[in-house]
Amino acid sequence: MNPEKPLLPKSPTGIQGLDEITGGGLPTGRPTLVCGDAGCGKTLLAMEFLVRGATRFNEPGVFMAFEETGAELAQNVASLGFDLDALIAAGRLVVDYVYIERSEIEETGEFDLEGLFVRLGYAIDSIGARRVVLDTVETLFAGLPNPLILRAELRRLFRWLKDRGVTAIITGERGAGSLTRQGLEEYVSDCVIVLDHRVKDLISTRRLRVVKYRGSTHGTNEYPFVIDSDGIAVLPITSLGLGHSASTERVSSGIPRLDAMLAGAGFYRGSSILVSGTAGTGKTSLAGHFAAAACGRGERVLFFAFEESPSQIVRNLGSVGIDLAPWVAKGLLRFLAARPTVAGLELHLTTMHKAILEFRPHIVIIDPLNSFISAGNEIEVKAMLLRLLDFLKMSQITGFFTKLTAGGSALEHTDAAISSLIDSWLVLLAIESGGERNRAFSILKSRGMAHSNQTREFLLTAQGVELRDVYVGPGGVLTGSARLTQEAQDAAAQLARRHEIAHGQRELEHRRATLEAQIASLRNEFAIQEADTLAAVERHQAREAQLDQERADMAASRKADAPGTDGGQS
Amino acid sequence: MSTESVPDWPPAVAGGTGSPDESYLLRLYVTGVTPNSVRAIANLKRICEEHLQGRYQLEVIDIYQQPELATHEQVIAAPTLIKELPLPLRRIIGDLSNSERVLVGLNLRRRD
Repeated sequence: MNPEKPLLPKSPTGIQGLDEITGGGLPTGRPTLVCGDAGCGKTLLAMEFLVRGATRFNEPGVFMAFEETGAELAQNVASLGFDLDALIAAGRLVVDYVYIERSEIEETGEFDLEGLFVRLGYAIDSIGARRVVLDTVETLFAGLPNPLILRAELRRLFRWLKDRGVTAIITGERGAGSLTRQGLEEYVSDCVIVLDHRVKDLISTRRLRVVKYRGSTHGTNEYPFVIDSDGIAVLPITSLGLGHSASTERVSSGIPRLDAMLAGAGFYRGSSILVSGTAGTGKTSLAGHFAAAACGRGERVLFFAFEESPSQIVRNLGSVGIDLAPWVAKGLLRFLAARPTVAGLELHLTTMHKAILEFRPHIVIIDPLNSFISAGNEIEVKAMLLRLLDFLKMSQITGFFTKLTAGGSALEHTDAAISSLIDSWLVLLAIESGGERNRAFSILKSRGMAHSNQTREFLLTAQGVELRDVYVGPGGVLTGSARLTQEAQDAAAQLARRHEIAHGQRELEHRRATLEAQIASLRNEFAIQEADTLAAVERHQAREAQLDQERADMAASRKADAPGTDGGQS
Repeated sequence: MSTESVPDWPPAVAGGTGSPDESYLLRLYVTGVTPNSVRAIANLKRICEEHLQGRYQLEVIDIYQQPELATHEQVIAAPTLIKELPLPLRRIIGDLSNSERVLVGLNLRRRD
């Protein structure tokens, strides 16, 4: 022990969660009072304290039973996997049943409870016990006369237990207006734990609260706990802070186009992803893609289904091209399906908790999240989800949740107001127009990444989910057939324009051809004319020459001297 | 173990107000020599001599010495006198100073 800061020595109970609440266990060498109504789990808690002590912490224990015989106790806790007979045979546990029958007893004067002390001391010494349980010591008040003596003796008993240095649990029935019927809390004041068992809307919830822990800090809240096949499990998850580390690793959503929208890489590992949407918008299909992608990477996925059975999910996702069956067979994908109303929130949470701890998945899918609303009120649901999300984040498990939005309510509305807990929120919505429903998809938020702000049309094809650009134009955002119609119209108009241009070009070509033909014909005409003209000129010149010749010949024949000519020289 | 057995067992003489033929087997569990124990032993001897003379067997057991008997015999309070016989078994607790109630417990007197 650190001398500067002396800490109260504590004995771990070995009960899941209780040691976290109490900061290490019950005060060593001191008695602890565990009180609560009938059937709230006092005996079980006490017994688990002893069994864990004997099996895990090498601290043998004595169970002094005032209400049940050893055989009954052994039977009752056998269902939790505790083998009392073996522990007793191994000298790790003593069960001493204290039989009191009021009708057999006659009080004749002063007495004390030394017999009880002797028995307890003998039992402790016989196995070197470090732990003692008295269950339920108040039975003495019903079985023995003279409460004054009993009170004094009980006070002495608790003192004696302290002197013996055993860590003790004393159970007590809850009384009206006080923690226990006989006011045991007056005597046992080191540590008081109250168990409670409440039924609300037909669903019961067990709760545990550390009312008092002298000399130690402790969680003061009411913590739900469950009793299942492994004993008691308390859920102290709200005691955890926001200390989880944030991973920068990204995990693919399984849909390339969606990854592209999420800054090109998908979600952050360890983040919480919510897909909300009205009925039939494809939430589970998105979850299926995510699961299949994770399994494809060799990661383990735990799928909590609260509306469909595993085989139904596998079949339905198979119809959109997501084949999960091989992953289930490989052991990478595990389904846990239950109706939300089958148990209280806490039992669900604990079941999930345990399944997660056991399977150690990389990804947890809950489909749908808000079915819990039917199993509890909003505050409780939020508290529960907060604890669950905290737990997932602490474990660096990516959480993928779907949430059914009631028709008519705001898309951003979450029943349990869990939006603040969510890192990435995808919204699916049905757009009804032109006599059909189409799905649209957008990212409402995604912390820590530059995500796309675009709405996409969300198509469920036989090959899985497909994200398409929606038609955004003067006519608004169009999806489905309207988008196809618009696209067809656009295509037709384009075709028409193309035709027109081609036509114009052809006409021009034609005109050019016509013109060139005309030019050619004119040229021909001209050439003919030219030729004619030249011929005429030639003829004319030839004629001239002939005339000249004739004239000369005439003159020669006439021997006439021509003034114009040098007659003597020709 | 400090056991005191009355020598003249089985009883020869009938006495007291209970069924005269019944013989008594009594075991008194005490805790050492505490005042309650000492008083109880003295009171019991006196009562037995007065009402059960000659037809009782008494064992006084110190549970400090034999704690396993306390467990085995379901002794809680001390002193405890257990009337083993005749049946029904009765547990008479306290220092036996209230003789009337001791007699009721031993079935030697009717409860009023």
